[in-house]
Amino acid sequence: MVAIEDRLDRVVDQVGTIILGKERAIRLALSCLLARGHLLIEDLPGMGKTTLAHALARCLGLQYQRIQFTSDLLPADILGAAVYERQRETFVFHHGPIFAQLILADEINRATPKTQSALLEAMEEGQVTIEGETRRLPEPFFVIATQNPAYQIGTFPLPESQLDRFLMRIELGYPDRQAERLLLEGEDRRAVLTRLVVDMTPAQLDEAQARVAAVHVAPPLLDYVQSLLVFSRESNRFRGGLSPRAGLALLRAARAWALLHRRGHVLPEDVQAVLPAVVGHRLHPGDDHLEQSASDLVGQLLDAVVLPA
Amino acid sequence: MIATIGGWVGGRRRKKTAGPPAELLSASALTWLLTTLLLAVAPRIGELPVWLTLLFVVGVGWRGWIAFRNKSLPSRWLVLSLGLLAAAGVLIDYRTLLGRDAGMALLAAMTACKPLETRSQRDGVVLVFLGYLLVMGNLLYSQDIPMVAYLLAVLLVMLASQVMIYRQHAGLTAFAPLRLAVKMVVQAIPVMLILFVLFPRIPGPLWSLPRDAYQGRTGLSDEMMPGTVSQLSKTDEVAFRVRFVGDMPRANQLYWRGPVLWDFDGRRWARIDELPARPPAGLIPEGAALDYSVMLEPSNRRWLLALDMPASPPPRAIMTASFQILRDRPVNEVYRYEMRSYPQYRTGPLNEFQRSRALRLPESGNSRARALAAEWQARDSHPEALVNAALALFHDQDFRYTLTPPLLGGDSVDDFLFRTRQGFCEHYASAFVFLMRAAGVPARVVTGYLGGEPNQVGHYLIVRQADAHAWAEVWLPERGWVRIDPTAAVAPMRIQEGLYAAVTDPQTLPFLVRRGGDSEWLRQLAMAWDSFNNAWNEWVLAYGPDRQKEFLSGLGFGPVDWGEMTVAMTVTLAGLGLIVVGLRWRAGLVRQPVVRAWSRCCARLARRGLARGPHEGPLAYAARVAASRPELAEPLGEIARRYAALRYGPEAAPAEVRQLQRLVRQFRA
Repeated sequence: MVAIEDRLDRVVDQVGTIILGKERAIRLALSCLLARGHLLIEDLPGMGKTTLAHALARCLGLQYQRIQFTSDLLPADILGAAVYERQRETFVFHHGPIFAQLILADEINRATPKTQSALLEAMEEGQVTIEGETRRLPEPFFVIATQNPAYQIGTFPLPESQLDRFLMRIELGYPDRQAERLLLEGEDRRAVLTRLVVDMTPAQLDEAQARVAAVHVAPPLLDYVQSLLVFSRESNRFRGGLSPRAGLALLRAARAWALLHRRGHVLPEDVQAVLPAVVGHRLHPGDDHLEQSASDLVGQLLDAVVLPA
Repeated sequence: MIATIGGWVGGRRRKKTAGPPAELLSASALTWLLTTLLLAVAPRIGELPVWLTLLFVVGVGWRGWIAFRNKSLPSRWLVLSLGLLAAAGVLIDYRTLLGRDAGMALLAAMTACKPLETRSQRDGVVLVFLGYLLVMGNLLYSQDIPMVAYLLAVLLVMLASQVMIYRQHAGLTAFAPLRLAVKMVVQAIPVMLILFVLFPRIPGPLWSLPRDAYQGRTGLSDEMMPGTVSQLSKTDEVAFRVRFVGDMPRANQLYWRGPVLWDFDGRRWARIDELPARPPAGLIPEGAALDYSVMLEPSNRRWLLALDMPASPPPRAIMTASFQILRDRPVNEVYRYEMRSYPQYRTGPLNEFQRSRALRLPESGNSRARALAAEWQARDSHPEALVNAALALFHDQDFRYTLTPPLLGGDSVDDFLFRTRQGFCEHYASAFVFLMRAAGVPARVVTGYLGGEPNQVGHYLIVRQADAHAWAEVWLPERGWVRIDPTAAVAPMRIQEGLYAAVTDPQTLPFLVRRGGDSEWLRQLAMAWDSFNNAWNEWVLAYGPDRQKEFLSGLGFGPVDWGEMTVAMTVTLAGLGLIVVGLRWRAGLVRQPVVRAWSRCCARLARRGLARGPHEGPLAYAARVAASRPELAEPLGEIARRYAALRYGPEAAPAEVRQLQRLVRQFRA
């Protein structure tokens, strides 16, 4: 019997053989999944967003569906629709691609807001309602959405309220020189992908998620988290502070990160590690600091709040 | 104050050699700071020389302009010469650099120049402290309620600027520093109250102000010329307030005795120096006593006012043979004392010295008055008859009681009695005593206050400068000194109804002394405000050694000396501190042994130049230290891991804590 922690490490290692030199991003993505949250990857095309999602799905043994978002995609294309079958003389529901355990919503900002919100509602509720009938989505249900940065032409950036539905937003970024060399030397990624071994069963994933919820959080750590939240609300660098939901998200993500690092309790380092990914898309610069990027803002938040010994 | 300015100059020199560049002051912190400085100096604008006010505004405005336009600061030499010029200006204006006014001006001048070389956070803190000094300086001028409230508000803003300076990168919103300042001040209130109540008040001039702080007080003086008392009637400033034990006496008994004047030089009545009466003045009471307490406003004079006739002086005061009460030093703070007087009395025999002084007149002058007195004496030399003759003269002839009498010539008494016949109380008292002495009756002038206005809100009596009065005393063989008020013969309303009803030209009186009319409601409001002021005086400003003893014994502590008070204060403050620590302990904020051990370990590393960052977690810190000091990786890693588990993990066995403490003890950085 292999311990959950070892299984998780193997997942990280295996995905690391495909997405080279991005261990931190892989761990964040895995934490996000363990914390039962959805992930938004924001980056330029060709950075391996799709590959990461696919590799995670394979290693975790999840049913995988990829939906390419386009400007003419309709909600029914995602959710499915009732189709008339002549033989049976009745309407039969045809499941849309959303009925899978891991959905890759590729380039989500290319679709119209209407289609976006169909997906986001499903994410929030864990169920979809089509033609008056509510259907449960599979368990676990995990969405990895990718998005091109908003300055690209022909996109519909997700509104702030929708961004909040994602537990984390990460960027992959260019690989470093050494990783890129390996990438260039190595074989086709798709071939590697097919060789990946399933490390976890859905039951084991479920157990890991339960373990995350049981990770201990001590009062001093809550003090620290609260200081972060309070500061974001009181400081004029941010427009509106972090919501209570953001606070809960931060704790959940930090618990998952701690478990991934084989700890039964959350350390301030865990909070700090997930902080950019969890709050980066929830913080907005104040009126006097409009030019600042999300990572600047998170950096300031981190710097300003003192961690007592 | 001067020492601080010296320190400031010293500080400026030290700054030149300062090593690392200090953190620059942000524009918003600077805005707060400059605003506060302007607010702090604002109450003094009227008294500072105009050039200094301008300098202040220019200095502060210039610095603000520099901050907002991103200009560079003026050169050090320019600022230095500006500072020297300003100091020279103060020296020329005041002819000194010492004392209250010049000191305050110098402080303002230096504070005006300082912003021009204010660059870093540290400079900002220096400016804040200059601001605190300015606030304290304002208290040397006035301690009344509006001023104290204003200065408290300035203090809050100043504290907020300080918060802003220390946390300028925290990106605080506009009112966050102010909120924090209010919170801090509220938390400081218990400590302030304890210090106020229990800090030993030692009698004596230990806390006295520079001499010039007491100039320009209005009030009675120790001499009287035509016009000195009527001049006082033009001001409605409060002279003192009185609270009676029991009922208030009738209006015609409210003669508040002040300086007794013996010597006349033809125009001016003056005091003579008297020793304390031994045995005490020879008062023979007839009738009931009156007990009351007086809250005297600062007068910069030694005398204390008391009703005719005072029985004995309060502590640290003496009573002279003419029943004047003198304190051991001038009254320069609101002073509260308790008195007992007997409205009905006789006094003992007159000694030779007093008789000769009470009959002495200038060699010559005022011949018509002398002739008149001689005529009366020839008719009936009985003293009572002579007194009545003089009062009849004032009553029957066409004398008028006015605040604006015509000017008198060289023979002032003759001029008044036979030509102008218009005068205020000092004219009548002076002429009366002159006539009595000329007719051979021992007499003297008494100055003080007559009457007062009951405050129905606070149940006490307000006596204003406008109530100043002068009357006479004659010595009659059977009864001793007897009070005769010649004004009563001319204007009886003055005694019964007060000044407003008595004078023929009431419109010249100040507002608060007038009665009736449309603005009566405003006067009622003024009374309520005065009652508030009186409470402030009684409980805050007059809280001196006596009041403190009284208050503490009222709490059931019995008589306490200042040593015991110091102990009580220390114990109370320590108790308060313990309560605060206890509360924090309960809130889990006090460092537990685990945290203490870790802090010790961090402190040891900090001494080696490897301080923990303000938001660095234990494992991250250990990893960073290990990178630069690989030999520490193992022991420190172990400590950090254990500390992290103990602090952030579930509750652990005490043995785990001891193990951590042992590891930290063995740890050598």
